[in-house]
Amino acid sequence: MRVLIPSALHSYTGQPWVDAAGATVGAVLADLNRQFPGIRFRIVDEQGRLRRHIRLFHRGEAIVNLAAPLPADGELMIVQALSGG
Amino acid sequence: MSTGRGNPVLLVATRKGAWIYHGDAARRSWRVDGPHFLGHIVNHLVLDPRDGRTLLAAARTGHLGPTVFRSSDLGRSWREARRPPAFGPAVNGLAARAVDHTFWLTPAHVGEPGAWYAGTSPQGLFRSEDGGDTWAPFSCINDDPQYRQWFGTVQDGTPDGPKLHSLIVDPRDPRHLYFAMSGGGVHESLDGGRSFAPLVDSMETVAGCDPADVTFHDPHCIRLCPGNPDRLYQQNHCGIYRLDRPGRRWERIGRNMPAAVGDVGFPLVVHPRDDRTAWVFPMDGSDVWPRTSPGGRPAVYATRDGGASWQRHDTGLPAEQAWWTVKRQALAADREASVGLYLGTTSGELWLSRDEGGQWENLARHLPEIYAIETAYPD
Repeated sequence: MRVLIPSALHSYTGQPWVDAAGATVGAVLADLNRQFPGIRFRIVDEQGRLRRHIRLFHRGEAIVNLAAPLPADGELMIVQALSGG
Repeated sequence: MSTGRGNPVLLVATRKGAWIYHGDAARRSWRVDGPHFLGHIVNHLVLDPRDGRTLLAAARTGHLGPTVFRSSDLGRSWREARRPPAFGPAVNGLAARAVDHTFWLTPAHVGEPGAWYAGTSPQGLFRSEDGGDTWAPFSCINDDPQYRQWFGTVQDGTPDGPKLHSLIVDPRDPRHLYFAMSGGGVHESLDGGRSFAPLVDSMETVAGCDPADVTFHDPHCIRLCPGNPDRLYQQNHCGIYRLDRPGRRWERIGRNMPAAVGDVGFPLVVHPRDDRTAWVFPMDGSDVWPRTSPGGRPAVYATRDGGASWQRHDTGLPAEQAWWTVKRQALAADREASVGLYLGTTSGELWLSRDEGGQWENLARHLPEIYAIETAYPD
């Protein structure tokens, strides 16, 4: 699956699009972390909760449950919701 | 232990990145190196005095989780910690917590090379054994029901979240530790962190709050005197204090400050050798607590007699209309014969004094909001 990486995390991936595998969003994030160590903790806290300004979308639908099944097709978009200044 | 005989370096952490200022021997000329981590919130930047080269930065961004970066070449290159500070799963029937940011970094005892402590927001205590690469919860306090009660809630902390800060290691004994919390009081361990107990006797609280309840105590900054590790100074939300061990009663030496200035503030620094000397940066604690320089006239106040008297130092600082706020980590001292003082404002100005506060001059303007300044002597 192609995964869109927000610019704030390009220091890990070096590019905006990467490939990662997994049957759930949680599994995709785990695979991302295997490829790019440390990236998951910037997205998900130690209790498995998405961080406050991170949003995930698949086929235009927001994803909040990391355990939800994820079809293998399509693209997972990780978006940073910027706020403040 | 690093000999660190070189020139002083200033490690400046800000809301938008970090800067390193390299001074010459006279502290007249400063070479600026930065920004590092532009756009990252850097809460603390600390050099390990034991090896003179390991630099740790506590960082996060507004939209990403917290982490720690490490450098062994004074910031020319950085590597992220493999396991940053993070709480464990829920235990003891308590709510699970997540680290919002690491706020405070302290190298452990000189006899424990590579070991570090970290304090977080919300309040948590962590330790690394490998130079800051991997961190684990330390001590019982993070998940202790009594400490959870003393931590209070987000409502009880600073606008930026409740914090564990002022992690202090007794230079004579690695098992003797202190920390403070905003809010949640001052705490001491005599057994290497296996247990902690409050050390708040005679500390005052906001009117109407019971001083016997540790929750209500809001120490802003604690410093141990290198020249006498039995002496501690404290800047609190409610005054300036001194504690001489093994005593347990804090003495409110801020009562000796001019009444018109008061003894409210965030930072406090101590002399590197003389335990009678400390400096504070008072802020306005009247009515709605502006916490800006009283009257718009910034000044550092020094005591040379353990707090019995205080002298105003403002030569070179703006004489009027300067409504500065200086945060608890943003006042630092070097270790030169004539001690240099350095302060950073939330409006991004960096000021220095080469003569223990007597004369001040500006070192930098237009930086982001300054969170912390540390002096260092790299190898």
